[in-house]
Amino acid sequence: MKRVYVNEKWCLGCHLCEYNCAYANVGGINMYLSLKDKKISPNVRIEEKDNITYAVACRHCSDPICLKSCIAGAISQEDGVIKINKDKCVGCHTCILVCPYGVLHLTDNGVMQKCELCTNNGSKTPACVKGCPNNAIVFMEK
Amino acid sequence: MNYVIIGNSVCGIATVEGIRKLDKKGKITLIGNEKYKAYSRPLISYLIEGKTDLNKINYRSDEFYEENKVHTVFGKKVVKIDNDEKKVVLDNGKEIFFDKLMVATGSKPFIPPIAGYETVKNKTSFMTIDDAKYLMEHIDISKNVLIMGAGLIGLKCAECLLGKVKFISVVDLADRVLPSILKKEEAKSVQDVLEEKGVKFYLENSVASFEKNVAFLKDEQVLPFDILVTAVGVRPNVELVKEIGGVVNRGIVINDKCETSLKDIYAGGDCAETFDISFGDKRVLAILPNAYLEGETAGENMAGGNKTFDNAIPMNSIGFFGFHIISAGTYDGEKIAIEEDGNKRIFYVKDDLLKGYMLIGKVDKAGIYTSLIRNKTKLSTIDFNAIIKEPSLICFDKKRRDEILTN
Ligand SMILES: Cc1cc2nc3c(=O)[nH]c(=O)nc-3n(C[C@H](O)[C@H](O)[C@H](O)COP(=O)(O)OP(=O)(O)OC[C@H]3O[C@@H](n4cnc5c(N)ncnc54)[C@H](O)[C@@H]3O)c2cc1C
Repeated sequence: MKRVYVNEKWCLGCHLCEYNCAYANVGGINMYLSLKDKKISPNVRIEEKDNITYAVACRHCSDPICLKSCIAGAISQEDGVIKINKDKCVGCHTCILVCPYGVLHLTDNGVMQKCELCTNNGSKTPACVKGCPNNAIVFMEK
Repeated sequence: MNYVIIGNSVCGIATVEGIRKLDKKGKITLIGNEKYKAYSRPLISYLIEGKTDLNKINYRSDEFYEENKVHTVFGKKVVKIDNDEKKVVLDNGKEIFFDKLMVATGSKPFIPPIAGYETVKNKTSFMTIDDAKYLMEHIDISKNVLIMGAGLIGLKCAECLLGKVKFISVVDLADRVLPSILKKEEAKSVQDVLEEKGVKFYLENSVASFEKNVAFLKDEQVLPFDILVTAVGVRPNVELVKEIGGVVNRGIVINDKCETSLKDIYAGGDCAETFDISFGDKRVLAILPNAYLEGETAGENMAGGNKTFDNAIPMNSIGFFGFHIISAGTYDGEKIAIEEDGNKRIFYVKDDLLKGYMLIGKVDKAGIYTSLIRNKTKLSTIDFNAIIKEPSLICFDKKRRDEILTN
């Protein structure tokens, strides 16, 4: 399956992936109107220290511990993509307890959100990949 | 191949999923003595709160059993295993034959021997959907509820009843709430949250006797109540295996392939004992992730696979009114405590390994810590001083980070 891969060597730390992700998931007529003055809650996040920067999002593990641990049965895997059923999620945080990469986040509605490779918002290529100015995030089969 | 699974809950469902990874055709019979499709047991408090409903609480989709070609026998109890004739006997006398058997019978509530318990009129445990339905039918804003047990189950019950009943009292022998996951100091902050909402605690105390709907406490206080919830602990359902000579301690003894001591019989989940790598010995880990991982392991092995599950640890996430507590591992070794803006992080380190931790308040990315315990990561190979302040992949070296991000 195609996954998102990150090469920290090329990451500029510009945080554009975070904005593109947030915008793809919020929608609207333009990014400025959708995100201006709002606290964004993207599914891909930049981690940085000293001169190192890179983006982290769900790895869509082939052995997904979040799915196996979810107390609500709200996480499933469809064609390799790990998805959260927000109707079933009760926000218990068990996925946060177990995800080794720290890629699940709480939404304002008290349920979890995560990268679903933009399969849930209509983009064919994940928005973080499409908008990365330096190809530090790629979408490919390995 | 003819598979039979006893117990239609998380561990039983995971067994089906494990089997079906390797064997799409074999016959699977799943027997459960509850009359429902498998549901998320931990969600019964959310059901009372109204955060889920009788449909959404189902653990898998409506089509699950059909899609996985599972023959279901619900509302029937297995009363005997006959491993010589390779069959199980149901409470209606029916016999079902197997080649491989999974015992995923879970646990039952422990009812402490207390004088006069049988005279209590309205009482329940808090383990099943039927228990939740019982409470929903019996509570209203005029009722006083007494909960025995200030553990995870007792407190989740208290949380969901708040605002729906007149008064909630919680009695526990322990000197603190959530004794299985919190030390005294940390437990106080959780107790405060619940007390502020109106729960009254009677700790280091116990019910000496009941007389109808009145509890007489050890310290001579007298508590009248309308409904009693007993949540003082659970006991693994081991009898079926014990009766036929399978090795049983507190739980059914299994190896890392989830095989019992009896040929062709597997077990896992709340009814079994698991080797806890953070503790260094076997114990019952009555948590949902463990039930899944063992069911899956057993299922794959029953279907001829060669899967091991060898990094079990206790781990828990619990919250009250948006106040979260995450904990994992064993609290053994040097303690490192960090407090910041009312959030607490406590780590236990021994032999260059993270043995256990608890986060109270801010719990973001906690799984990075959990993975250090499960993977037995040598702390000298990471930037431990940075990671205890903020969990992040940046604390790993580049090689490890590349493995994660580019593989
Ligand atoms: C209120 C509550 C909250 C919880 N919260 C959490 C949480 O937040 N996180 C967490 O990790 N865990 C939590 N747990 C624990 C979790 O629910 C269990 O660890 C998990 O359900 C274990 O799954 P299991 O399949 O091993 O056993 P169970 O879920 O106990 O299922 C066993 C099934 O087998 C059936 N059975 C038993 N004997 C027989 C027989 N002889 N014949 C036929 N059927 C039989 C039982 O009726 C039952 O349906 C909670 C539990 C409760 C009660």
